[in-house]
Amino acid sequence: MKITVEHLNFYYGAKKALTDISIEMKANEVTAFIGPSGCGKSTFLRTLNRMNDIIPGARVEGSVKIDGADLYASGTDAVLLRRKVGMVFQKSNPFPKSIFENVAYGLRINGMAKGRELAEQVEASLKAAALWEEVKDRLHDPAMALSGGQQQRLCIARALAVRPEVLLMDEPASALDPIATQRIEELIYVLKKDYTIVIVTHNMQQAARVSDATAFFWMGKLIEFGPTPSMFTGPREKLTEDYITGRFG
Amino acid sequence: MTFRDWRRRALSSVMIGLSMAAVLAALIPVALILFFVLAKGIGSINWAFFTHMPAPVGEVGGGMANAILGSLTMVGLGALIAVPLGVIAGIYLSEFHGSTFASVVRFSADTLNGVPSIVIGVFVYAIFVLPVKHFSALAGGAALGVMMLPVITRTTEELLRLVPMALREGAYALGATRSRAMFTVVLPAALPGILTGIILALARTAGETAPLLFTSLNNQFWSTSLNKPMASLTVQVYTYATSPSEDWHRQAWAGALVLVMIVLVCSLAARFATRRLERMHTGH
Repeated sequence: MKITVEHLNFYYGAKKALTDISIEMKANEVTAFIGPSGCGKSTFLRTLNRMNDIIPGARVEGSVKIDGADLYASGTDAVLLRRKVGMVFQKSNPFPKSIFENVAYGLRINGMAKGRELAEQVEASLKAAALWEEVKDRLHDPAMALSGGQQQRLCIARALAVRPEVLLMDEPASALDPIATQRIEELIYVLKKDYTIVIVTHNMQQAARVSDATAFFWMGKLIEFGPTPSMFTGPREKLTEDYITGRFG
Repeated sequence: MTFRDWRRRALSSVMIGLSMAAVLAALIPVALILFFVLAKGIGSINWAFFTHMPAPVGEVGGGMANAILGSLTMVGLGALIAVPLGVIAGIYLSEFHGSTFASVVRFSADTLNGVPSIVIGVFVYAIFVLPVKHFSALAGGAALGVMMLPVITRTTEELLRLVPMALREGAYALGATRSRAMFTVVLPAALPGILTGIILALARTAGETAPLLFTSLNNQFWSTSLNKPMASLTVQVYTYATSPSEDWHRQAWAGALVLVMIVLVCSLAARFATRRLERMHTGH
């Protein structure tokens, strides 16, 4: 198991956002989190790279382990952890820098490469994110000049550049048109050979298309978790069935 | 077209007309000032104005070379004090904006911003001039620095806080520490605005007379010593404009014109310098 979560509770101040979550995610698989808005799926995703640390009043109970190491143990350095667990956000957030500098950013701040090596790794990351052919002649143009779908693939390239083991994706295609969405989904399919991917989506067809395992969240609880085909064809829980058949959410 | 549609369009036209009138009204003072300063000052601007010292009383001609240098020197000194302090204080205020100490600092900055410039002059007089018993360019620069400080601090804070949280998160997600994220992503993202704010603060203080009256005083001679009284365009314009001499009046207009031009050129230079950064924001 790549990621093991046991009895996780999460609080925003006094408000409990996640209740007793236990789940295991396999390496080189895509795990999808689905559920209605406000069910806690994004909050849970953000506990996997301690991105919630920066929210005042946020508190975690229970354990989250990646390769057996507890993320919330006192000796864990959140900064080092986030290098190992990359993240792509719902709304693409390229830095107001050039295309090249966006991808080079993580390599630079972590002292991973410089000079020609840096340029090579930027190229490799852009190729891995299937963006290289579109931007190779304008690497020094502003990242903001790219289309929405390209910006999101740039953010994926940026995350891949620091060679993480896990890639968290928080509704990466929700702001994109169908063609850009399809490109992201194809990319996810290719990337899972090298990465463990966790994706939050409110699009059930997308979860069915890209994931190997699916977790259904409702009101801060993990209702059901299993292999994607069986989740969509024969859910065990009534709630899951109601949600995937569109009866609520 | 129904009556409702007609009324909506008519109202829209009226409102657009009113807005344009308001813009024009706001522009009139600026246009008039520029027009008068240009019309009255351009006649006395010549090469000698930039290269010569003020003429002795009774003689015609001369220039304001020492005052131009003095103004630039003291605004530069003020900036040297206020820009680093102000930007760092602004970073603190934006990063720890909820803390009690930040509230105290913010309140102090706002209060300082409201202190009349003459009071700042007297204050610097008391701590910089009285102990050493002579006026100096250093004291003038310090007074201008105190004037700039709150503006730079608050502008920096406001602009840093406008940077979307998503950019910070993007940096954190790549393994950036809080300070790394601040200095490599947040600050550069806000930099064009911060630079504009700094230039505005410099421009505003470059036009100050009151804080200099008690600190750098004036100097009829060429002086580059920071420890001696120093001429400035504003004090020189003030002295000349209140004198009875016609020639001095003309010189005062020319001095005012040069001051306006310096501010204008600096603002344009700042805009030009930040164009590349701006381009990274807009994408074109």
